[in-house]
Amino acid sequence: MIDKSVASAQAAVADIQDGASIMIGGFGTAGMPDELIEALIARGLRDLTVISNNAGNGETGVAALMREKRVRKIICSFPRQADSHHFDALYHAGEIELELVPQGNLAARIQAAGAGLGAIFTPTGFGTQLAEGKETRNIDGRDYVLEYPIHADFALIKAQQGDRWGNLIYRKTARNFGPIMAMAAKTAIAQVAEIVPLGALDPEAVVTPGIFVQRVVPIMPASALAA
Amino acid sequence: MERLDRKAMAARVARDIPEGAYVNLGIGLPTMVANYLPADKDIFLQSENGVLGMGPAPAPGLEDPELINAGKQPVTLLDGGCFFHHADSFAMMRGGHLDICVLGAFQVSATGDIANWHTGAPGAIPAVGGAMDLAIGAKQIFVMMELLTKSGESKLVERCTYPLTGIGCISRVYTDLGTFSVGPQGAGIIDLVPGFSIEEARRSTGLALDAAQLAA
Repeated sequence: MIDKSVASAQAAVADIQDGASIMIGGFGTAGMPDELIEALIARGLRDLTVISNNAGNGETGVAALMREKRVRKIICSFPRQADSHHFDALYHAGEIELELVPQGNLAARIQAAGAGLGAIFTPTGFGTQLAEGKETRNIDGRDYVLEYPIHADFALIKAQQGDRWGNLIYRKTARNFGPIMAMAAKTAIAQVAEIVPLGALDPEAVVTPGIFVQRVVPIMPASALAA
Repeated sequence: MERLDRKAMAARVARDIPEGAYVNLGIGLPTMVANYLPADKDIFLQSENGVLGMGPAPAPGLEDPELINAGKQPVTLLDGGCFFHHADSFAMMRGGHLDICVLGAFQVSATGDIANWHTGAPGAIPAVGGAMDLAIGAKQIFVMMELLTKSGESKLVERCTYPLTGIGCISRVYTDLGTFSVGPQGAGIIDLVPGFSIEEARRSTGLALDAAQLAA
Protein backbone atom coordinates (compact mmCIF):
# COMPACT_ATOMS: atom_id res chain seq x y z
CA MET A 1 0.00 0.00 0.00
CA ILE A 2 1.28 3.42 -0.90
CA ASP A 3 0.66 6.02 1.75
CA LYS A 4 2.29 9.41 1.22
CA SER A 5 0.83 10.86 4.39
CA VAL A 6 3.35 11.87 7.03
CA ALA A 7 2.32 12.28 10.65
CA SER A 8 4.07 15.56 11.41
CA ALA A 9 5.65 18.58 9.78
CA GLN A 10 8.90 17.67 11.59
CA ALA A 11 8.97 14.23 9.97
CA ALA A 12 8.11 15.68 6.56
CA VAL A 13 11.16 17.97 6.44
CA ALA A 14 13.59 15.68 8.32
CA ASP A 15 15.81 14.95 5.28
CA ILE A 16 16.29 18.52 4.02
CA GLN A 17 19.99 19.45 4.15
CA ASP A 18 22.06 22.63 4.44
CA GLY A 19 22.31 24.37 1.07
CA ALA A 20 19.08 22.88 -0.29
CA SER A 21 16.95 24.76 -2.81
CA ILE A 22 13.38 25.06 -1.59
CA MET A 23 10.30 26.38 -3.34
CA ILE A 24 7.78 27.86 -0.91
CA GLY A 25 4.21 28.44 -2.03
CA GLY A 26 2.12 31.43 -1.12
CA PHE A 27 1.27 34.91 -2.31
CA GLY A 28 1.71 37.13 0.69
CA THR A 29 0.38 34.98 3.51
CA ALA A 30 -2.30 33.24 1.40
CA GLY A 31 -1.09 29.69 0.80
CA MET A 32 2.02 30.11 2.94
CA PRO A 33 2.85 26.71 4.55
CA ASP A 34 3.70 28.22 7.95
CA GLU A 35 3.87 24.97 9.91
CA LEU A 36 6.25 23.31 7.42
CA ILE A 37 8.47 26.38 7.58
CA GLU A 38 8.45 26.34 11.38
CA ALA A 39 9.59 22.71 11.24
CA LEU A 40 12.30 23.68 8.75
CA ILE A 41 13.54 26.45 11.04
CA ALA A 42 13.67 24.00 13.95
CA ARG A 43 16.10 21.87 11.90
CA GLY A 44 18.69 24.65 12.14
CA LEU A 45 19.58 24.50 8.45
CA ARG A 46 21.79 27.11 6.76
CA ASP A 47 22.55 28.49 3.31
CA LEU A 48 19.18 27.68 1.83
CA THR A 49 18.09 28.94 -1.58
CA VAL A 50 14.42 29.93 -1.41
CA ILE A 51 12.16 30.37 -4.43
CA SER A 52 8.97 32.20 -3.44
CA ASN A 53 6.93 35.12 -4.72
CA ASN A 54 7.68 37.39 -1.76
CA ALA A 55 10.57 37.63 0.67
CA GLY A 56 8.40 37.32 3.74
CA ASN A 57 5.53 39.22 5.29
CA GLY A 58 5.43 40.07 8.96
CA GLU A 59 6.86 37.46 11.31
CA THR A 60 5.69 34.07 10.04
CA GLY A 61 6.50 31.80 7.10
CA VAL A 62 9.30 33.02 4.82
CA ALA A 63 9.70 36.08 7.05
CA ALA A 64 10.61 33.79 9.97
CA LEU A 65 13.23 32.05 7.79
CA MET A 66 14.68 35.49 7.04
CA ARG A 67 14.65 36.53 10.68
CA GLU A 68 16.60 33.37 11.59
CA LYS A 69 19.12 34.05 8.78
CA ARG A 70 18.71 30.66 7.13
CA VAL A 71 18.59 31.90 3.56
CA ARG A 72 21.64 32.57 1.38
CA LYS A 73 19.74 33.44 -1.77
CA ILE A 74 16.14 34.23 -2.64
CA ILE A 75 14.58 34.09 -6.09
CA CYS A 76 11.37 36.12 -6.01
CA SER A 77 9.33 38.80 -7.75
CA PHE A 78 8.29 41.18 -5.00
CA PRO A 79 10.60 41.32 -1.98
CA ARG A 80 10.01 44.89 -0.81
CA GLN A 81 6.75 45.43 1.03
CA ALA A 82 5.51 47.36 4.02
CA ASP A 83 6.03 44.33 6.26
CA SER A 84 9.19 42.80 4.74
CA HIS A 85 11.50 44.26 7.40
CA HIS A 86 13.43 41.02 8.04
CA PHE A 87 14.39 40.71 4.37
CA ASP A 88 15.10 44.44 4.07
CA ALA A 89 17.61 44.29 6.93
CA LEU A 90 19.47 41.33 5.42
CA TYR A 91 19.52 42.95 2.00
CA HIS A 92 20.89 46.25 3.25
CA ALA A 93 23.53 44.36 5.28
CA GLY A 94 24.58 42.48 2.15
CA GLU A 95 23.76 39.17 3.84
CA ILE A 96 21.42 37.80 1.20
CA GLU A 97 21.56 37.40 -2.57
CA LEU A 98 18.46 38.51 -4.49
CA GLU A 99 17.48 37.27 -7.95
CA LEU A 100 14.54 39.42 -8.99
CA VAL A 101 12.23 37.78 -11.54
CA PRO A 102 9.01 39.19 -12.99
CA GLN A 103 6.11 37.29 -11.43
CA GLY A 104 4.86 35.69 -14.64
CA ASN A 105 8.38 34.67 -15.63
CA LEU A 106 8.83 33.16 -12.18
CA ALA A 107 5.68 31.10 -12.74
CA ALA A 108 6.68 30.17 -16.28
CA ARG A 109 10.21 29.15 -15.28
CA ILE A 110 8.88 26.99 -12.45
CA GLN A 111 6.32 25.45 -14.76
CA ALA A 112 9.02 24.84 -17.40
CA ALA A 113 11.06 22.92 -14.85
CA GLY A 114 8.08 20.77 -13.95
CA ALA A 115 7.26 20.18 -17.60
CA GLY A 116 10.80 19.17 -18.57
CA LEU A 117 11.43 22.10 -20.91
CA GLY A 118 15.01 23.23 -21.51
CA ALA A 119 14.13 26.94 -21.61
CA ILE A 120 11.37 29.31 -22.59
CA PHE A 121 11.14 32.45 -24.70
CA THR A 122 9.03 35.03 -22.87
CA PRO A 123 8.01 38.54 -24.00
CA THR A 124 7.93 39.77 -20.39
CA GLY A 125 10.86 41.97 -19.48
CA PHE A 126 12.18 42.47 -23.02
CA GLY A 127 14.14 45.72 -23.23
CA THR A 128 14.29 46.18 -19.45
CA GLN A 129 17.03 45.97 -16.81
CA LEU A 130 15.80 42.51 -15.84
CA ALA A 131 16.66 41.16 -19.30
CA GLU A 132 20.10 42.76 -19.60
CA GLY A 133 22.70 40.34 -20.93
CA LYS A 134 20.11 37.72 -21.76
CA GLU A 135 19.66 36.08 -25.14
CA THR A 136 16.73 37.46 -27.15
CA ARG A 137 14.93 36.43 -30.28
CA ASN A 138 12.33 37.96 -32.56
CA ILE A 139 9.71 35.35 -33.41
CA ASP A 140 6.93 36.28 -35.85
CA GLY A 141 7.49 39.97 -35.17
CA ARG A 142 7.48 39.84 -31.38
CA ASP A 143 10.56 40.13 -29.17
CA TYR A 144 11.29 37.47 -26.56
CA VAL A 145 13.85 36.86 -23.82
CA LEU A 146 15.37 33.42 -23.22
CA GLU A 147 14.79 32.28 -19.64
CA TYR A 148 15.79 29.01 -18.02
CA PRO A 149 13.73 26.71 -15.82
CA ILE A 150 13.90 26.94 -12.04
CA HIS A 151 14.26 23.56 -10.38
CA ALA A 152 14.37 22.83 -6.66
CA ASP A 153 15.21 20.03 -4.30
CA PHE A 154 12.01 20.52 -2.31
CA ALA A 155 8.69 22.33 -2.54
CA LEU A 156 6.75 23.27 0.57
CA ILE A 157 3.15 24.07 -0.30
CA LYS A 158 -0.25 24.42 1.35
CA ALA A 159 -3.42 22.78 0.06
CA GLN A 160 -6.87 22.21 1.48
CA GLN A 161 -7.41 18.48 1.09
CA GLY A 162 -5.17 15.60 0.05
CA ASP A 163 -5.35 11.82 -0.03
CA ARG A 164 -2.73 9.14 0.61
CA TRP A 165 -1.81 9.04 -3.09
CA GLY A 166 -0.95 12.76 -2.98
CA ASN A 167 -3.88 14.16 -4.96
CA LEU A 168 -4.59 17.74 -3.89
CA ILE A 169 -7.25 20.37 -4.03
CA TYR A 170 -6.65 23.93 -2.86
CA ARG A 171 -8.65 26.73 -1.29
CA LYS A 172 -9.46 29.99 -3.12
CA THR A 173 -6.48 32.24 -3.93
CA ALA A 174 -4.23 30.18 -1.63
CA ARG A 175 -3.69 27.95 -4.69
CA ASN A 176 -1.31 30.43 -6.36
CA PHE A 177 2.10 28.72 -6.83
CA GLY A 178 1.23 25.35 -5.25
CA PRO A 179 0.44 23.30 -8.36
CA ILE A 180 3.48 24.40 -10.38
CA MET A 181 5.93 24.19 -7.47
CA ALA A 182 4.78 20.64 -6.77
CA MET A 183 5.69 19.78 -10.35
CA ALA A 184 9.08 21.48 -10.32
CA ALA A 185 10.64 20.08 -7.15
CA LYS A 186 12.25 16.68 -6.71
CA THR A 187 10.32 16.26 -3.46
CA ALA A 188 7.03 18.10 -3.02
CA ILE A 189 5.66 18.31 0.51
CA ALA A 190 2.08 19.52 0.93
CA GLN A 191 0.51 20.50 4.20
CA VAL A 192 -3.25 20.04 4.01
CA ALA A 193 -6.08 20.94 6.35
CA GLU A 194 -7.47 17.44 5.94
CA ILE A 195 -6.45 14.05 4.58
CA VAL A 196 -9.43 12.32 3.01
CA PRO A 197 -9.89 8.68 1.93
CA LEU A 198 -9.05 7.64 -1.64
CA GLY A 199 -12.04 8.37 -3.84
CA ALA A 200 -13.32 11.20 -1.68
CA LEU A 201 -11.81 13.87 -3.94
CA ASP A 202 -13.85 14.35 -7.12
CA PRO A 203 -11.43 13.12 -9.82
CA GLU A 204 -12.77 15.80 -12.16
CA ALA A 205 -11.80 18.47 -9.64
CA VAL A 206 -8.34 17.25 -8.55
CA VAL A 207 -5.97 20.18 -9.18
CA THR A 208 -2.62 18.53 -8.49
CA PRO A 209 -2.44 14.85 -9.49
CA GLY A 210 -0.67 12.72 -6.92
CA ILE A 211 2.26 11.94 -9.22
CA PHE A 212 3.62 15.42 -8.44
CA VAL A 213 3.42 15.05 -4.65
CA GLN A 214 5.68 12.95 -2.45
CA ARG A 215 4.47 13.80 1.07
CA VAL A 216 1.17 14.98 2.55
CA VAL A 217 1.05 16.31 6.10
CA PRO A 218 -2.24 17.00 7.91
CA ILE A 219 -2.09 20.36 9.68
CA MET A 220 -5.27 21.49 11.36
CA PRO A 221 -5.83 25.17 10.50
CA ALA A 222 -5.28 27.50 13.42
CA SER A 223 -8.80 28.88 12.97
CA ALA A 224 -10.26 25.37 13.44
CA LEU A 225 -8.14 24.80 16.55
CA ALA A 226 -9.38 28.02 18.07
CA ALA A 227 -13.01 27.16 17.39
CA MET B 1 -9.30 74.52 -14.95
CA GLU B 2 -11.45 71.61 -13.82
CA ARG B 3 -8.83 69.11 -12.78
CA LEU B 4 -10.28 65.61 -12.20
CA ASP B 5 -9.92 64.15 -8.73
CA ARG B 6 -9.06 60.48 -8.38
CA LYS B 7 -12.68 59.40 -8.29
CA ALA B 8 -13.46 61.30 -11.46
CA MET B 9 -10.38 59.80 -13.14
CA ALA B 10 -11.57 56.33 -12.19
CA ALA B 11 -15.03 57.09 -13.56
CA ARG B 12 -13.48 58.36 -16.80
CA VAL B 13 -11.53 55.10 -17.31
CA ALA B 14 -14.59 53.03 -16.43
CA ARG B 15 -16.56 54.68 -19.25
CA ASP B 16 -14.18 53.13 -21.78
CA ILE B 17 -14.53 49.55 -20.51
CA PRO B 18 -17.25 47.72 -22.48
CA GLU B 19 -19.49 44.90 -21.32
CA GLY B 20 -17.86 41.51 -21.74
CA ALA B 21 -14.32 42.82 -21.26
CA TYR B 22 -11.77 40.77 -19.31
CA VAL B 23 -9.91 43.35 -17.27
CA ASN B 24 -6.99 43.51 -14.83
CA LEU B 25 -6.87 46.61 -12.65
CA GLY B 26 -3.39 47.27 -11.28
CA ILE B 27 -2.57 47.97 -7.67
CA GLY B 28 -3.24 51.47 -6.34
CA LEU B 29 -5.16 54.11 -8.29
CA PRO B 30 -6.44 51.69 -11.01
CA THR B 31 -8.17 49.56 -8.37
CA MET B 32 -10.63 52.44 -7.92
CA VAL B 33 -11.98 51.91 -11.44
CA ALA B 34 -13.91 48.89 -10.15
CA ASN B 35 -16.13 51.22 -8.11
CA TYR B 36 -17.39 52.91 -11.29
CA LEU B 37 -18.09 49.91 -13.53
CA PRO B 38 -21.82 49.63 -14.31
CA ALA B 39 -23.42 47.06 -12.02
CA ASP B 40 -25.88 45.92 -14.68
CA LYS B 41 -23.17 44.81 -17.12
CA ASP B 42 -20.95 41.71 -17.05
CA ILE B 43 -17.32 42.87 -16.85
CA PHE B 44 -14.83 40.24 -15.74
CA LEU B 45 -12.15 41.40 -13.30
CA GLN B 46 -9.00 39.29 -13.10
CA SER B 47 -6.39 39.53 -10.38
CA GLU B 48 -3.04 37.95 -11.12
CA ASN B 49 -2.77 36.04 -7.86
CA GLY B 50 -5.37 33.70 -9.34
CA VAL B 51 -8.97 34.88 -9.49
CA LEU B 52 -11.38 35.75 -12.31
CA GLY B 53 -14.81 37.16 -11.62
CA MET B 54 -13.63 39.15 -8.64
CA GLY B 55 -16.26 41.01 -6.65
CA PRO B 56 -16.07 44.00 -4.31
CA ALA B 57 -14.52 44.11 -0.86
CA PRO B 58 -16.36 41.99 1.71
CA ALA B 59 -18.41 43.48 4.51
CA PRO B 60 -16.40 44.04 7.70
CA GLY B 61 -16.00 40.78 9.59
CA LEU B 62 -16.43 38.64 6.47
CA GLU B 63 -12.84 38.89 5.22
CA ASP B 64 -11.19 35.61 4.20
CA PRO B 65 -7.35 35.70 4.31
CA GLU B 66 -7.31 33.17 1.47
CA LEU B 67 -9.50 35.27 -0.81
CA ILE B 68 -7.40 38.29 -1.70
CA ASN B 69 -6.42 40.36 -4.72
CA ALA B 70 -2.95 41.15 -6.06
CA GLY B 71 -2.72 44.05 -3.61
CA LYS B 72 -3.25 41.47 -0.85
CA GLN B 73 -6.57 43.08 0.10
CA PRO B 74 -9.61 40.93 0.91
CA VAL B 75 -12.09 40.61 -1.96
CA THR B 76 -15.13 38.50 -2.82
CA LEU B 77 -15.94 36.13 -5.67
CA LEU B 78 -18.94 36.68 -7.92
CA ASP B 79 -21.19 33.77 -8.84
CA GLY B 80 -19.46 32.31 -11.90
CA GLY B 81 -16.02 33.37 -10.71
CA CYS B 82 -13.16 30.91 -10.43
CA PHE B 83 -9.66 30.31 -9.11
CA PHE B 84 -6.51 29.12 -10.89
CA HIS B 85 -2.77 28.79 -10.33
CA HIS B 86 -0.11 31.33 -11.23
CA ALA B 87 1.00 29.79 -14.52
CA ASP B 88 -2.57 29.91 -15.84
CA SER B 89 -3.03 33.41 -14.47
CA PHE B 90 -0.03 34.81 -16.32
CA ALA B 91 -0.94 32.82 -19.43
CA MET B 92 -4.12 34.91 -19.45
CA MET B 93 -1.90 38.00 -19.74
CA ARG B 94 0.98 36.89 -21.89
CA GLY B 95 -1.30 34.89 -24.16
CA GLY B 96 -3.35 37.96 -25.01
CA HIS B 97 -6.59 36.71 -23.45
CA LEU B 98 -7.24 39.79 -21.33
CA ASP B 99 -8.81 42.72 -23.14
CA ILE B 100 -7.67 45.60 -20.93
CA CYS B 101 -5.10 46.22 -18.21
CA VAL B 102 -5.13 49.51 -16.32
CA LEU B 103 -1.81 50.40 -14.68
CA GLY B 104 -0.32 53.21 -12.66
CA ALA B 105 2.97 54.69 -13.84
CA PHE B 106 5.88 56.98 -13.01
CA GLN B 107 6.27 57.85 -16.68
CA VAL B 108 4.84 56.96 -20.09
CA SER B 109 6.59 57.90 -23.32
CA ALA B 110 4.95 59.27 -26.45
CA THR B 111 5.65 55.95 -28.17
CA GLY B 112 4.02 53.90 -25.42
CA ASP B 113 6.95 52.84 -23.23
CA ILE B 114 6.10 52.61 -19.54
CA ALA B 115 8.20 52.98 -16.37
CA ASN B 116 6.37 51.96 -13.21
CA TRP B 117 8.39 49.42 -11.24
CA HIS B 118 11.56 51.02 -9.92
CA THR B 119 12.79 54.53 -9.32
CA GLY B 120 16.38 53.39 -9.73
CA ALA B 121 17.26 55.28 -6.56
CA PRO B 122 20.49 54.07 -4.93
CA GLY B 123 19.81 51.72 -2.04
CA ALA B 124 16.18 51.14 -3.06
CA ILE B 125 15.27 47.47 -2.95
CA PRO B 126 13.90 46.59 -6.37
CA ALA B 127 10.55 44.79 -6.52
CA VAL B 128 8.82 44.05 -9.81
CA GLY B 129 5.95 41.68 -9.04
CA GLY B 130 3.67 41.35 -12.04
CA ALA B 131 4.40 44.82 -13.44
CA MET B 132 6.34 43.65 -16.49
CA ASP B 133 3.83 40.90 -17.24
CA LEU B 134 0.90 43.29 -16.93
CA ALA B 135 2.60 45.87 -19.14
CA ILE B 136 2.39 43.46 -22.08
CA GLY B 137 -0.52 41.49 -20.70
CA ALA B 138 -3.65 42.54 -22.59
CA LYS B 139 -4.90 43.59 -26.00
CA GLN B 140 -5.00 47.19 -24.72
CA ILE B 141 -2.92 48.57 -21.86
CA PHE B 142 -4.16 51.79 -20.29
CA VAL B 143 -2.27 53.95 -17.83
CA MET B 144 -3.96 56.06 -15.20
CA MET B 145 -1.85 58.74 -13.52
CA GLU B 146 -1.63 62.42 -12.73
CA LEU B 147 -0.22 64.26 -15.74
CA LEU B 148 2.27 66.29 -13.72
CA THR B 149 4.45 65.53 -10.71
CA LYS B 150 4.09 67.62 -7.58
CA SER B 151 6.92 69.80 -8.86
CA GLY B 152 5.15 70.28 -12.19
CA GLU B 153 7.17 67.94 -14.42
CA SER B 154 5.24 66.00 -17.03
CA LYS B 155 4.96 62.25 -16.53
CA LEU B 156 4.00 61.95 -20.20
CA VAL B 157 7.45 62.28 -21.78
CA GLU B 158 9.40 62.00 -24.99
CA ARG B 159 11.54 59.24 -23.47
CA CYS B 160 11.31 57.61 -20.02
CA THR B 161 14.17 58.38 -17.63
CA TYR B 162 13.12 55.82 -15.00
CA PRO B 163 13.95 52.13 -15.61
CA LEU B 164 11.52 50.69 -18.17
CA THR B 165 8.80 48.19 -17.41
CA GLY B 166 7.78 47.58 -21.02
CA ILE B 167 8.40 48.97 -24.50
CA GLY B 168 5.77 50.34 -26.87
CA CYS B 169 2.97 48.60 -24.98
CA ILE B 170 0.73 51.44 -23.78
CA SER B 171 -2.09 52.72 -25.98
CA ARG B 172 -3.87 55.26 -23.80
CA VAL B 173 -3.10 57.48 -20.80
CA TYR B 174 -5.87 58.77 -18.53
CA THR B 175 -4.85 61.75 -16.41
CA ASP B 176 -6.35 64.41 -14.20
CA LEU B 177 -5.97 66.94 -17.03
CA GLY B 178 -7.01 64.89 -20.03
CA THR B 179 -6.81 61.65 -21.94
CA PHE B 180 -3.99 60.96 -24.38
CA SER B 181 -3.20 58.34 -27.00
CA VAL B 182 0.36 57.08 -27.33
CA GLY B 183 2.01 54.73 -29.77
CA PRO B 184 4.12 54.49 -32.93
CA GLN B 185 2.64 57.75 -34.27
CA GLY B 186 3.49 59.61 -31.08
CA ALA B 187 1.23 61.21 -28.51
CA GLY B 188 -2.15 62.74 -29.23
CA ILE B 189 -4.96 64.38 -27.32
CA ILE B 190 -8.26 62.52 -26.92
CA ASP B 191 -9.84 64.94 -24.48
CA LEU B 192 -8.81 67.73 -22.09
CA VAL B 193 -10.58 68.99 -18.99
CA PRO B 194 -12.39 72.32 -19.43
CA GLY B 195 -9.97 75.18 -18.97
CA PHE B 196 -6.87 73.22 -20.04
CA SER B 197 -6.08 74.21 -23.62
CA ILE B 198 -4.21 72.35 -26.34
CA GLU B 199 -1.44 74.93 -26.06
CA GLU B 200 -1.19 74.43 -22.29
CA ALA B 201 -1.11 70.66 -22.75
CA ARG B 202 1.72 70.98 -25.26
CA ARG B 203 3.62 73.41 -23.05
CA SER B 204 3.15 71.27 -19.90
CA THR B 205 4.32 68.07 -21.57
CA GLY B 206 6.88 69.52 -23.95
CA LEU B 207 5.36 67.25 -26.61
CA ALA B 208 4.00 68.09 -30.05
CA LEU B 209 0.64 66.59 -29.16
CA ASP B 210 -1.51 65.74 -32.14
CA ALA B 211 -5.00 67.20 -31.68
CA ALA B 212 -6.75 65.57 -34.63
CA GLN B 213 -8.66 63.11 -32.42
CA LEU B 214 -9.91 65.83 -30.10
CA ALA B 215 -13.66 66.17 -30.39
CA ALA B 216 -14.62 69.69 -31.21
